[in-house]
Amino acid sequence: MSRTAAVSSALEAERGRALNRRKRALLWSAGAAALLAAVWGGGYLFDADSFASRLELRNLPPSWSHPFGTDWLGRDMFARTIKGLGLSIRVGLTAAAVSVVIAAALGLAAATMGRAADRAVTWLIDLFLSVPHLVTLILISFVLGGGAKGVIVGVALTHWPHLTRVIRAEALYLKSAEYVQISRKLGKSRAWVASRHLLPHLAPQLLVGLLLIFPHAVLHEASITFLGLGLSPHEPAIGIILSESMRYLSTGLWWLAVFPGLCLLIVVRAFDVLGDHLKALSDPRSAQE
Amino acid sequence: MLRDFGKWIVYNSIKLAALLFAVCAVSFTLVSLSPIDPVQAYIGADMMRVGPEQRQAITAYWGLDRPPLERFGQWLSAVLRGDFGTSMIYRRPVLEVIGERFAASIWLMGAAWTLSGIIGFAAGVVAAMKRGTWIDRAIRWYCYTLASTPTFWMGLLLLTVFAVWLGLFPVGLGVPAGVLAGEVTAGDRLQHMILPALTLSIVGVANIALHTRQKLVDVLGSDYVLFARARGEQGLTLFLRHGLRNVALPAVTLQFASFSELFGGAVLAEQVFSYPGLGQATVEAGLRGDVPLLLGIVLFSAVFVFAGNLAADAIYRMLDPRMKEGKAV
Repeated sequence: MSRTAAVSSALEAERGRALNRRKRALLWSAGAAALLAAVWGGGYLFDADSFASRLELRNLPPSWSHPFGTDWLGRDMFARTIKGLGLSIRVGLTAAAVSVVIAAALGLAAATMGRAADRAVTWLIDLFLSVPHLVTLILISFVLGGGAKGVIVGVALTHWPHLTRVIRAEALYLKSAEYVQISRKLGKSRAWVASRHLLPHLAPQLLVGLLLIFPHAVLHEASITFLGLGLSPHEPAIGIILSESMRYLSTGLWWLAVFPGLCLLIVVRAFDVLGDHLKALSDPRSAQE
Repeated sequence: MLRDFGKWIVYNSIKLAALLFAVCAVSFTLVSLSPIDPVQAYIGADMMRVGPEQRQAITAYWGLDRPPLERFGQWLSAVLRGDFGTSMIYRRPVLEVIGERFAASIWLMGAAWTLSGIIGFAAGVVAAMKRGTWIDRAIRWYCYTLASTPTFWMGLLLLTVFAVWLGLFPVGLGVPAGVLAGEVTAGDRLQHMILPALTLSIVGVANIALHTRQKLVDVLGSDYVLFARARGEQGLTLFLRHGLRNVALPAVTLQFASFSELFGGAVLAEQVFSYPGLGQATVEAGLRGDVPLLLGIVLFSAVFVFAGNLAADAIYRMLDPRMKEGKAV
């Protein structure tokens, strides 16, 4: 009797811990999601007044009324940073979503449409990975004449290769399952199999892929904008803020660069955390750990 | 063995040729679709002083009035002869510009590459050997955070701290300002290179450290390590006898395969520190519409990345005893 009690209490403890770890992952994810929502929403809370330049408040170091200080035109850096982060998140999500759609289409095509399609997709992936990513982005930005369009299209069209590999491998694995074989034998078309049997199984992968592509997309957008090929200088994008700050660093205005960059780092990290935890939770092999 | 090597060479040469042709075709198509008028970009500020006849002369001189396919053919045959055209912003042959810029960049990239490889490998090994302790957690946290850090922001931070506050290093450029080219010493160059190289290596550590850690954790979980532990081996001896050779190879190949990120990082670091390397030339070419230079750099960077992957492959073949048997091509 006492032995069963001991065993069951040990099981209980085991389960309790498992639950806790799972809960912890959920909590982290919720926290990261809340932070991102707050940053995104926060950008809309500032009125035009917050971005106005007030020359009497030039070059102020961080204080309670201006947590991130002010720049050489007296603009509040906190408002600009939050606005810029909102912009980054929008660009990043758009780009990541497009990349995921491309990855799903190409991955499924490679896995289901026969050998020639598979070769073509694999070759396309190799081609995209053969030139440094940043150089590809610069080329695309240049081709589209720079500006917001160039950077958004560039970032959206170049982040799919790694995810496509994952999706292709997963779809090839799923394709060997018996129910898929039977479905084919029953005369269902390839497209039917791909959309009804494979795609639902790939949905969690695609969601995780979206979240894990996002950090790269945001960092690349900021990099290209920083280099001067991206978003217009009139937008308070993080890349613009940082590249403008370069001129004032040597005069000691360190807060112009430190806080916006740190915030970008935190936002990117939050998405990373979200993606990693969702990956662990959605994978049956690690969800119970 | 020798025959395999020959086969390998031929296979990779064909692969490189096909790849370069594809990169040429794609980037040429992209550039010719660009809404930017190359003549306009070339004339720039002199717009008012250039008449329509002169414009036409320039267009004809560059062959821009020909159909795109013919232009592609001409460009390709010129490239095959080693003539990449003339850079518009530097007014010199593209290959010369790339060569000179790359000579400056290679030191930067080489230093960063070596440093990040050594530090990353060491960090990964320490994290795996001390798995689960605070050191492991600290190293992992550092790596994950670095993976989310914008390279150029890291550069700006280092610039602020070391160049502006502490005044240990110059704020930018590859050589001291106002000094004749002949009087620049190796020490000067080194001093100007340290911060950009440091930026690149700090960011480059993450990948290799995490990868090495994972590999070593796998090795340490194996039966032969369990047996070695049962015999009483532990710590450094255990690592040197059973771990090092197993994790060094993947680490070296990974490091060679990371040339693509290295190049991208160099573009950003060079921009932050105004270091006159190939990365800065890439940005200039993109910003100012220097098509010949941009195409040249795209091709060059593809060769650079290919060389890295090839080296990784070759090293694997030479060092891995399983590949030495000559079973796989």
